[in-house]
Amino acid sequence: MDAVLEIADLQVRFATPEGEVAAVNGVGLTVEPGETVGIVGESGSGKSQVFLAVMGLLASNGKAAGSVKFQGEEILGRPASALNQIRGARMSMIFQDPMTSLNPYLTIERQLTEVLVTHRAMSRGAARTAAVDMLERVQIPEADRRIGHYPFEFSGGMRQRAMVAMALLCQPELLIADEPTTALDVTVQAQILALMAELTRGARTALVLITHDLGVVAGLCDRVMVMYAGRVVETGAVRDIFHRPQHPYTAGLLASMPRLDSDLATHLQTIPGQPPNLQRLGPGCAFAERCPRVMDRCRVERPLLRTISGPGARQDGEGRMKACHLEEL
Amino acid sequence: MKGPPLLSVRDLSVHFHMAGSWLWRQPGAVLKAVDEVSFDLAPGETLGLVGESGCGKSTLGRAVLRLLPNIQGRVVWLGEDLAKLDEEAMRRKRREMQIVFQDPLAALDPRMTVGEIIAEPLRTFRPDMPAAESKAKVQAMMAGVGLLPQQINRYPHEFSGGQCQRIGIARAMINEPKLVVCDEPVSALDVSIQAQIVNLLMDLQRQYGMSMIFISHNLSVVRHVAHRIMVLYLGRVAEIADRDQLYRNPRHPYTQALISAVPIPDPDLERAKARLILKGDLPSPLHPPSGCAFRTRCPKATSLCAERRPELTPLELGHRVACHHWDK
Repeated sequence: MDAVLEIADLQVRFATPEGEVAAVNGVGLTVEPGETVGIVGESGSGKSQVFLAVMGLLASNGKAAGSVKFQGEEILGRPASALNQIRGARMSMIFQDPMTSLNPYLTIERQLTEVLVTHRAMSRGAARTAAVDMLERVQIPEADRRIGHYPFEFSGGMRQRAMVAMALLCQPELLIADEPTTALDVTVQAQILALMAELTRGARTALVLITHDLGVVAGLCDRVMVMYAGRVVETGAVRDIFHRPQHPYTAGLLASMPRLDSDLATHLQTIPGQPPNLQRLGPGCAFAERCPRVMDRCRVERPLLRTISGPGARQDGEGRMKACHLEEL
Repeated sequence: MKGPPLLSVRDLSVHFHMAGSWLWRQPGAVLKAVDEVSFDLAPGETLGLVGESGCGKSTLGRAVLRLLPNIQGRVVWLGEDLAKLDEEAMRRKRREMQIVFQDPLAALDPRMTVGEIIAEPLRTFRPDMPAAESKAKVQAMMAGVGLLPQQINRYPHEFSGGQCQRIGIARAMINEPKLVVCDEPVSALDVSIQAQIVNLLMDLQRQYGMSMIFISHNLSVVRHVAHRIMVLYLGRVAEIADRDQLYRNPRHPYTQALISAVPIPDPDLERAKARLILKGDLPSPLHPPSGCAFRTRCPKATSLCAERRPELTPLELGHRVACHHWDK
């Protein structure tokens, strides 16, 4: 079977008054049908820009180059009219803040049925029935009545559940969720994540989960891609990444998270320093300044993303890669 | 707890009166953001305030510092009732109580240099301090919070989020306060920076011995920082206990749900752990449910919970819980 999404050598550049900023550099990723992939990184790592480029939603000063194939078909740089055949129907996206993704002037019904009327050529009545059914599946109480409400009448958790319903109405092959629960409280986050896992698994929808929260990734994802300063630094199966991280950044990130299940130490481990300024990157590894294992070579020669073997490598050879000069961590 | 408390809060309530409608002759509703909260804070102790948005944790933090109007109840500071102080006396007291905010950049005046920002509390409370002495103090404090003293003439926009939070902490610490209220101090920061700031606050506490009220929705961070933890739900205390007691032996169903909802960054543990997923959302604080406010989402709720509000019941060792069914 074809991959749902194939990103190869993706570059994203933004024109700014201070000059060009390379937000994404040579990112590649393959997402198989029904798979859940976590994209991890801090602000400025380029994790969101990769998928805004995939969706054709980059800001107007942004330009993408490289290749993005959706079910074997090249979609990068296609005009909005062509993308609209795919977006919302076969590939949809959920954002962090549901209030900014919902139109405040339209009822939930109008916003939910629109995709069905447009993409599935359903009548308004049939679309409404399908939408109410979906709202019930995402546990909106009294869905039949609440569907007539406006977004402001919903709580934050209900809005995000409505967004999940909207994104999954047309049973897309791919759902991209960009920090879907970051704005929500933990108890509501747990609800939404359980819901997304259940619904995507049931419909064999591939899920790309963009997040800074490693705990969320641990619970939900099959594979993980870690980004730093616009580049992929490590990829692998979720258990390999968490139990045997091979890049010092991944290891540092895991160690610096306070955890509920850890012994209490007087000090948390930290990654020293600050994330780099993308406009002032040197020739070497972008993480070199903060890396506890830095060598002379790291400052002058950028490590390429390479397949690694040994402990932590997957048997089928695919997917376990890192961009680091160190042989082993 | 050792010695007399630094701070003693009794039945503290903050009620906001919402605008009514003159046309429909509707009286304004009353929002009880904080309702009858009591606690003591020992010198050098950190109290964690946790709960979801709208539970009143930030309002409580500000009410303790008397930064809000319409505060009822007693706040006793080293034996002195703060409500009885006049404005001038209260102003002098503020030297000993400081606050660190969530959004580090928004909390700093963009037109002031870092040196001016950090020195501002010195100018306010010790106006007769010679300029050279004040500058030396600011530079020492900058070094103490991990900033380069030679950056004293830079502006906030030249710093990253983590560094701005260090500036905010330096400003709060410059007068060596006895109490620092930290309102979500790491929530806006990246994961790799959060740990730096948490370590810094704990180091400063070891060095200066101040008490902290640490407000956060992140239970993993609070567990690291706080000695005691108070869980709030719709403005009321659901549970309060020592850190280890609370995490090992949570008694309130809400605390149990909060703890079980925190994702653990380990795929095996996270997928295997028992989960208590709550139904529904936080009810509107304008119309809280009768009896126990948590009953609409509680897996243990009975008819008793709708009829009677559970009182905060002492269990052992300062552990208190407000639930009719804590022992079931």
